[in-house]
Amino acid sequence: MITNSTMAPSATSKSASASMLMLLQTLAHGCKRIIRNPLTAAGLVVVMLLLIVAMFAPWIATHNPLAQELSNSLQAPSSEHWFGTDEFGRDIFSRLVYGSRITLYIITLVTVIVGPIGLAIGTISGYFGGVIDTIFMRITDIFISFPGLILALAFVAALGPGLEHAVIAIALTSWPPIARLARAETLQLRKADYIVAVQLQGASSTRIIFRHIVPMCLSSVIVRLTMNMAGIILTAAGLGFLGLGAQAPLPEWGAMISTGRSYMLENWWLVAAPGAAIMLVSLAFNLLGDGLRDLLDPRN
Amino acid sequence: MQNTKLEVKNLQISFSHEGSQVNAVRDVSFTLGQEKLAIVGESGSGKSTVGRSLLKLHPKNATVEAEKLLFGDIDLLNASEKTMRDIRGRRISMIMQDPKYSLNPVMKVGDQIAEAYLAHYKVSKKIAQEKALIMLEKVQIRDPKRVYSLYPHEVSGGMGQRVMIAMMLIPEPEIIIADEPTSALDVSVQRQVLNLLDELISERNIGLIFISHDLDLVRNYCDRVLVMYAGRVVESIKASELENAQHPYTQGLLKAPPRIGDIRNRLPTLERDPSWLYN
Amino acid sequence: MNMINIEGLDLSFGTGANESKILHDVNIQIQAGESFGLVGESGSGKTTVLRCLAGQYNHWSGQLSVNGNRLLHKLDKKRCIDMQMVFQDPYGSLHPRHSIETALAEPLKIHKIDNRDERISAILKKVGLDDSFRYRSPHQLSGGQRQRVAIARALILEPKILLLDEPTSALDVSVQAEILNLLKDLKEKEGLTYLMVTHDLGVVTYLCDRIAVMQNGHIVETISSVNLANHGASEPYTRMLLDCCYHTETTQSSEALSA
Repeated sequence: MITNSTMAPSATSKSASASMLMLLQTLAHGCKRIIRNPLTAAGLVVVMLLLIVAMFAPWIATHNPLAQELSNSLQAPSSEHWFGTDEFGRDIFSRLVYGSRITLYIITLVTVIVGPIGLAIGTISGYFGGVIDTIFMRITDIFISFPGLILALAFVAALGPGLEHAVIAIALTSWPPIARLARAETLQLRKADYIVAVQLQGASSTRIIFRHIVPMCLSSVIVRLTMNMAGIILTAAGLGFLGLGAQAPLPEWGAMISTGRSYMLENWWLVAAPGAAIMLVSLAFNLLGDGLRDLLDPRN
Repeated sequence: MQNTKLEVKNLQISFSHEGSQVNAVRDVSFTLGQEKLAIVGESGSGKSTVGRSLLKLHPKNATVEAEKLLFGDIDLLNASEKTMRDIRGRRISMIMQDPKYSLNPVMKVGDQIAEAYLAHYKVSKKIAQEKALIMLEKVQIRDPKRVYSLYPHEVSGGMGQRVMIAMMLIPEPEIIIADEPTSALDVSVQRQVLNLLDELISERNIGLIFISHDLDLVRNYCDRVLVMYAGRVVESIKASELENAQHPYTQGLLKAPPRIGDIRNRLPTLERDPSWLYN
Repeated sequence: MNMINIEGLDLSFGTGANESKILHDVNIQIQAGESFGLVGESGSGKTTVLRCLAGQYNHWSGQLSVNGNRLLHKLDKKRCIDMQMVFQDPYGSLHPRHSIETALAEPLKIHKIDNRDERISAILKKVGLDDSFRYRSPHQLSGGQRQRVAIARALILEPKILLLDEPTSALDVSVQAEILNLLKDLKEKEGLTYLMVTHDLGVVTYLCDRIAVMQNGHIVETISSVNLANHGASEPYTRMLLDCCYHTETTQSSEALSA
């Protein structure tokens, strides 16, 4: 613990470093606990691997993912082409490696859109209650009552196929659960003594929501978002499979399965490799989410 | 002391948490006859842990060791889970602090009492229900038939605690462990519940372990008091002789609460002496 | 002038057939510098009176005024400067994710008050905590220390009135003694006015000058502490409460008190 024996130049930097230290300690402690659970650790490793592969794709890939070599098409896995080649003779391993960038791009974008929107709508509607709550929750109900993929389909059909449109479509369908979660947490929190205390200090509602309630909802929202990532990957792959997401020749995993379908019976590796990648990554996010839930549970 | 019901010698309980060991209870020894024994201490003194470990209700990360942990001639320390199930509720039962959390919210209170009887005696449901009604009457509930079919949220705190007492007494146990049984209740109700408990246990020769933080309450209610501090028993004394308590901790506890008509301008605070940890 | 003036306070919940009246015509006048106790069993409405003053319930009728200002039905910043509250549960009244410094700086930031650093040091000292507590988070503190922080947070805006909602009932007796001593000292030094809610007659007679006994939303009796201790209570309900108290205490030996 930090003692006050030496006065740092400014109080804010001192308290900032103190809270940084607190954060670091918590993080280190958290990492230790994550590693203790083998399943969570496995999930974490796969997700880290995904990050590394996406980051260093040009160095990891053995071939140019877009380079066609028709004389070399539909080759079985070999030392030259680890996961074989597709109907245009493109190296599947390299396409998978580059595809991880697209997957990550979709996940990140969706999460960045969905997290804040869901959190804001949920906390505002939970904190104020009454009419505001009713309006927000009915809007949420409307979005929730459409099956996600169908709404995404309709949206992409209206805007035209493309990666960005797929991202917007997925984001539109995945914020309501986050908002509901944040609202449920807020309903419990707003009666807490420490919230009453800051109300009595004269804090504005905005201040109470963003400085006092949001930090308390954050951990469960993060867990939920991590779990959602698995679903996002699947929806993105589904849209790609239907030809509505990333467009050829981009090496999107779902689209790869879709085109590989025609050759599936003779050339299994065309669908097996991207299929396994999708499964592995979505499983990893689920495991990681589970572990995070144990870790971030306030009752611990 | 005639017929010792429970004998505890050098009870040690430690919790392992993330690789480190915390000793919650050290060297606690006592015997219980047909009497009212109080275990008093502040929060964290280990008093509730002692109570729970007697029924082996401690969490998984706890280690319980003792030289002796005898209930009659049963060695509780090495008793199997099956033996413990027969003892729990049937021969030693436990009354918890808040009836709100200890009663099943979706079951009629009367049925819960009958259920407690059925769990240990092979009788028809009808007989168990009659027994439950009689028991409700015993705990001085005026209209037992009406109360029988109420749900826990429909009864007041005091009535809920009477229902708990009825539930715990119906299998006719030999020992009752009461963990802060009245601290969730209003003072006026508290007194009635305590008097009731007192009558019932002396009628049935039950030994009572009364766990509480309230020395004032205990000194009038119990026969003997164990004062616990940081997992140890620092003093064991007859309740009637508490005024002459030797240990500074006991004396401090006695002096700390303000009383009606208190002329003191400041309340004495406890100076915790590290040497208390070594007896 | 009365520091707190409550006249004809009524409050009910629900409408129509489900309407239940919680407070019936409550009248309390508290002088500046006085400490006043509200006593009663659970459901008597004592905490509800406090929560009306603190702006948690806004549909009351009657007249409330604090420090000469009529209270509106909405909480305003003026009321916050006049009056702060200390809660019963020290574990629930501090934000679990905020360090002590953040918790104490928050009211200063809301009211745009400068010299935060010095003010926080001073207030921590006042409640008997040293500066090293600043950077700790609530889960590293004991119940008594948390309650000291809660008192510091209430006092940092330099209010004239503290509302105390059973401030010691969740604490051990030895810690209770420390907090009660602290509250007594602070009142003398700062000239504060206290309105305390409690079920413990010992605590209330120790800290308060006058006491109102509540039952089912009515004030049954208002009596001075001295009078209460000298068996001057006239209402049977008050005597019953006293009785229960004496029952658990019996006669106090004089040496136990004077030693």
